[in-house]
Amino acid sequence: MPPRETWLVLGGGSSIGRAFARQAAAAGQGVLLAGREAAELERSAADLRLRHGVPASAMLFDALDLAGHAAFVRAAAALAEGRLHVLLAFGTMPSQAACEARPELARAMVETNLTGAAAVLTALAPLLRGQGGGTVVALGSVAGERGRPRNHLYGATKAALHTFLQGYAARHARHRVRVLTLLAGPVDTALTWPLPRLPFMASPQGFAAAAWRRAQRGSGQAHLPGIWAPVMAVIRALPNRIFNRLDL
Amino acid sequence: MLVPLALRLVPPALPTPGEAAPAWRKLSLQGWGRLGRAPCQAARPERLRDLRAVVLADVGRNLVPHGAGRSYGDAALNGGGAAVLTTRLDRMLGFDATTGVLVAEPGVSFADIIRTFLPRGWLPPTPPGTAFATLGGAVAHDVHGKNQHLAGCFGHHVEWLDLMLADGSTRRLSPSEDAAAFHATLGGLGLTGVVTALALRLLPVPSNALLVRRQRIAGLDAFLEAFGAARQASWAVGWIDALAGGAALGRGILEVAEPAPQHLPPPPEAQRNLPFDAPGCLLNRFSVRAFNAAYWRRVPAAGDAQPMHYGRFLFPLDGIGQWNRLYGRRGFHQFQCVLPEAEAPRGLRLLLEAVGQAGAASFLAVLKWMGRDGAGLLSFARPGFTLALDIPARAGAGALLRRLERLTLDHGGRVYLAKDSTLSPAGMAAMYPRLAEFQAIRARLDPGGRFSSDMSRRLGLG
Ligand SMILES: Cc1cc2nc3c(=O)[nH]c(=O)nc-3n(C[C@H](O)[C@H](O)[C@H](O)COP(=O)(O)OP(=O)(O)OC[C@H]3O[C@@H](n4cnc5c(N)ncnc54)[C@H](O)[C@@H]3O)c2cc1C
Ligand SMILES: NC(=O)c1ccc[n+]([C@@H]2O[C@H](COP(=O)([O-])OP(=O)(O)OC[C@H]3O[C@@H](n4cnc5c(N)ncnc54)[C@H](OP(=O)(O)O)[C@@H]3O)[C@@H](O)[C@H]2O)c1
Repeated sequence: MPPRETWLVLGGGSSIGRAFARQAAAAGQGVLLAGREAAELERSAADLRLRHGVPASAMLFDALDLAGHAAFVRAAAALAEGRLHVLLAFGTMPSQAACEARPELARAMVETNLTGAAAVLTALAPLLRGQGGGTVVALGSVAGERGRPRNHLYGATKAALHTFLQGYAARHARHRVRVLTLLAGPVDTALTWPLPRLPFMASPQGFAAAAWRRAQRGSGQAHLPGIWAPVMAVIRALPNRIFNRLDL
Repeated sequence: MLVPLALRLVPPALPTPGEAAPAWRKLSLQGWGRLGRAPCQAARPERLRDLRAVVLADVGRNLVPHGAGRSYGDAALNGGGAAVLTTRLDRMLGFDATTGVLVAEPGVSFADIIRTFLPRGWLPPTPPGTAFATLGGAVAHDVHGKNQHLAGCFGHHVEWLDLMLADGSTRRLSPSEDAAAFHATLGGLGLTGVVTALALRLLPVPSNALLVRRQRIAGLDAFLEAFGAARQASWAVGWIDALAGGAALGRGILEVAEPAPQHLPPPPEAQRNLPFDAPGCLLNRFSVRAFNAAYWRRVPAAGDAQPMHYGRFLFPLDGIGQWNRLYGRRGFHQFQCVLPEAEAPRGLRLLLEAVGQAGAASFLAVLKWMGRDGAGLLSFARPGFTLALDIPARAGAGALLRRLERLTLDHGGRVYLAKDSTLSPAGMAAMYPRLAEFQAIRARLDPGGRFSSDMSRRLGLG
């Protein structure tokens, strides 16, 4: 077995983060679950230790607490065994209608999905470079590829995140920081539970297993599940006069 | 740029973690027998705080917990009400390798435990016939396994459990902490509250395999005798060809098994799904008869013995996902009863004859000897013989099931609610003598009647 490394899961309480953490632990990697609800994260960490016999612990992390990011990164560095890798899996998705009725919801979403994400990754960069490189896997979304009437505010935060990650990847590439942006289709999580069933819905376990495999293979952008690559190619190519008439 | 943003943090009106209102979705739930759909509002909390919000929510006139949906009838359904799906509460929280006690959340399945602990020499204590069942479901039906005659039921191996009550509070229950509520919750059909965690004593085993001996049995009396001779066997189960009549009535195969000292390579976990509903005519008296006869002949006349992975012996049907679609779109009933030992020879004969006369094509029926009473007030298990068989939902099924209920009652037996979809309120009251006691405890724990299900209302329990 290769030497143990550690995955820092930002949004460690999310459905996708929990499932990805199980993949990492099953592969013998240590896990740090970072989020806002300590007791819950500790239960998940206990599960990983028990099922897979790997070190796992919970860390308090709030993406909106920008001033706290530096201390958070120091704490993560102290807890990690071996090199640190990062899964960015936090985010909020209030409905478009709610965001329009209460613009402060939209602002909080931007501050979480974009500002918070960019800030914590920026704070992590010196650590990743200093240890001789590492992997960052980030949850982007197909919603960021073309703005749809139903959720273009959320989509905008993800599009901005994609762009940020492109530059971040380019900037840190020669320090062997690899960045994989997952252009995720719908996953059956707490986030999507109240929505009507979406096409090609993936289970968190299936999604996480595919994400784990993809992360071993390299960086760049990847649609997940893979079916979204051709589907989004079509959707991106639709002329406006057709796209505008679709109820998406 | 970033710092000024930080100063304008979230306005107080925004939901903070955990305070968000629980998310509900319209869902049509079905029992494993697929007899009908129960449309309801469903929530699927992934953390305790969300579960609490669901229990306290003013959604649906009442609420039922729903695990893996492996009960056949309406125990986990609540048409027109609300359901809380517990499968995402699936974390193992602690294990003591000296005592074998595992603490886990209710959505953990038997398959999860076997995957994690069988390689370390531990087995869940009373595995039911499907590993997909969750621990919460196992509590609510006080389930039994092919080792019931020695090991008793699931509840006998539970040290304590945490129950979330209708008022959102959580109580630890055990034989020494509110024992009445503990015994009401074991076998309590999810009607006392939602189990949020439990401590379960696992069973130590020397390897991941069993040595399984199979023998052909010519008929019912021989079967009962053979079980008598197998009382000390660690595991014992019988398969009956429910279509064999006359002198061959009750013929079948007895399987007894002992822990094997040697490990086997674990079987692949991949499952094949039945991708569509079988046409209703696929299972007819002729095809099922041929299948059952072939199954019988597969075992050599002199019997055989082979080492087998626990999974293959305990969960023979789990290899085919959604095998319940084999019975077609209309679904099927499963009937399971237990008869006291003295009544079994006559009672089982009458039950099998009734099924035979009705020509209700049934795959292999299961026969098993039980040695102990269950752990809860409404537990199914009691010493005697238990018989389980499938009855496709077609014309005449209702009349047959009423007849089987009558025969069960006449012979001092009871019907298993994990399988049931047709038992009458009068039958329930006669078969479960501690029902009034159960209802009194339930009224204390849930005075407002928040927890209720299609089954509880059908059985007149409110
Ligand atoms: C192929 C097959 C073989 C089987 N073999 C056996 C067998 O050998 N022995 C046996 O005893 N049973 C057997 N069963 C029945 C099965 O074990 C039970 O129905 C079991 O309860 C299913 O668990 P579940 O998680 O699917 O629960 P569900 O079917 O979803 O729910 C069952 C009950 O549990 C309650 N419940 C679920 N979670 C909770 C919770 N967290 N807190 C409180 N209540 C809860 C529900 O309200 C409901 O009343 C078999 C079933 C199948 C499909
Ligand atoms: N589900 C999908 O279909 C889908 C599709 C594409 C992309 N994604 C992305 O995948 C990621 C995970 O989402 P999910 O579907 O798994 O949903 P989820 O279970 O609802 O997870 C969302 C997570 O975000 C965290 N979070 C929100 N605000 C935060 C903050 N200020 N600081 C720290 N954490 C915060 C929450 O943390 P707490 O635990 O502390 O509450 C929660 O764990 C998100 O980025 C989402 O946009 C999801």
